[in-house]
Amino acid sequence: MSDQNIYLPYLMRIARITQEAPGVRTFRLEFVDDTAAKAFSFRTGQFGLYSAFGEGESTFCIASSPTREGYIECTFREVGRVTGSLADKEVGDIMGFRGPYGNVFPIEDWKGKNLIFIAGGIALPPLRSVIWNCLDLREWFKDISIVYGARTVADLVYKDELKEWERRDDVNLVCTVDPGGETPDWTGKVGFVPHVVEALAPAPANTVALVCGPPIMIKLTLPVLAKLGFQPDSIFTTLENRMKCGLGKCGRCNTGSSYVCKDGPVYTLAQLQQLPAEY
Amino acid sequence: MADTYHLSSASLDALFAAILADGRRILAPTDRDGRTELNPVTTPAQVAKDYVQTALSAKGTVFPRVEQLLSYRTGQGQVELTDAEPKAVPTVLFGIRPCEAAGFQALDAVFNWDSRDKYFNARLAQVTVIGVACTRSDDACFCTSVGGDPGSEKGSDLLLIPVAGGYLAEALTDKGKALVALAPDQFKPGDGADKVALLAQVPAAFDQPALTAQLPALFDSPLWADQALRCVGCGACAFVCPTCVCFDLQEEADPKAGRRLRAWDSCGFRLFTLHASGHNPRDTQGQRWRQRVYHKFSYYPERYGMLGCVGCGKCTRACPVDMNLREHLTEAAQAQVKA
Repeated sequence: MSDQNIYLPYLMRIARITQEAPGVRTFRLEFVDDTAAKAFSFRTGQFGLYSAFGEGESTFCIASSPTREGYIECTFREVGRVTGSLADKEVGDIMGFRGPYGNVFPIEDWKGKNLIFIAGGIALPPLRSVIWNCLDLREWFKDISIVYGARTVADLVYKDELKEWERRDDVNLVCTVDPGGETPDWTGKVGFVPHVVEALAPAPANTVALVCGPPIMIKLTLPVLAKLGFQPDSIFTTLENRMKCGLGKCGRCNTGSSYVCKDGPVYTLAQLQQLPAEY
Repeated sequence: MADTYHLSSASLDALFAAILADGRRILAPTDRDGRTELNPVTTPAQVAKDYVQTALSAKGTVFPRVEQLLSYRTGQGQVELTDAEPKAVPTVLFGIRPCEAAGFQALDAVFNWDSRDKYFNARLAQVTVIGVACTRSDDACFCTSVGGDPGSEKGSDLLLIPVAGGYLAEALTDKGKALVALAPDQFKPGDGADKVALLAQVPAAFDQPALTAQLPALFDSPLWADQALRCVGCGACAFVCPTCVCFDLQEEADPKAGRRLRAWDSCGFRLFTLHASGHNPRDTQGQRWRQRVYHKFSYYPERYGMLGCVGCGKCTRACPVDMNLREHLTEAAQAQVKA
């Protein structure tokens, strides 16, 4: 048998660019090749390696929902060579994508449950995929709550979608910014995400919590959820260690014996408690 | 079942000639500028006579230091991608040690455990290994602590055991038998000599199953930071290692064209796991040294049912600050796990 080149990316055309926050952009990507587009599918929670030809690859989640077919979206902050090069791109430009890689959020298992999404800053994109996936299957779930915080109002991503979730009566959205990050016309909360979650006091019964944010936010939010009575196997998060291959070969994304690119990126807190904290 | 033969020194000359006539190159240890390394040879006379190990490993024949995975041209809003085909040269590796021969299995485990790596596979398919069993060893060797031995058949296609005037030869695989078929008259019926008596003695240094069993509990031990205090993070251990497989993907490009390359990497480098945010899950050399040991002795057994170490000792010989894997593993195997 002849093996395929597993490192060969799909060519993607940038169909839309949204400026989300300072240095943060969302790209909508469409497959250049129709056959590849038709054969492609992914599930929420998965990620990919995005190429800026000339600079290399970076790892981002797929930030769009699999229920929205015909494209994928990624949201990234401009911090390095690859993301710097991507930031210079315009609608119509070509970039690369390898994926989908990794495991998924088991949303089928959550039918009939309440969902609470807790995200901070630039970590909303992976949960945004799940949020839209669940909202597009709204009848599967009971109450859906979203707690989203950022340092400042300007740092909130998906501002239009936040407005849409705010308007919907089947979503309970709580937005917050860190003290000092508010603007005169800010109508959301002021305070850190863990405190806001504590005040909101979601009931743990029949509820799944999804937490994604900077390490400090996760570190301080988990004890709050534990105090509220959430069990470790009903708290989900997604990790993003440095990766090169995404295929379980290049050897750097492991936390203990678990390869984030293959066994993750989605983990329950119960699973993470069995692993060393190499993330 | 291995086919056992006797191969005289003169017959080895004939075998080399037959291999070359078959269109394959022969890589063997040669002494050059005070170093013993694998180089192309045409006759057995060119092969180093008195060596324990080459300094570098043979893994470069199947997993080169740098190789191209794809190339591209950009312009006018278009990108033209070209898949790179591996350049696999038919190769006979002569005179690598049984430990190194066993190392190919550890590489294969990573390259093919899930998706298949065509670059590795294309090269491996073209490599035939003539292992030469060890009649001497040195202080860095510890094959017998990790499931090997100086006459191990694992990984060799044809295994030679030096005897007076030539070798005992065991054709172990179809590739090995194909070598015999290249020069069938040169291989005489084997004489059934006591193989073990001819081999180097490598005493077992540590109890590897016990080490593997207690590594999870030793994760937070200060042992790893202590052992790594003198580590300079140069990565030499990984680069000489026959089983170290971790790699980097790099871009080499100008504005109009470029190529994507795979290059050897090392868990000893800080950059290996550094996040774009500046956060690093393995921020200290002690954490990185622990990763090296755990990958080989805990995660490999868990994921692939084998060790990621063959006990060749190349890392120890190469280390500029005299870290000694055999000693460090012995210390870890004997460490008391805190209850």
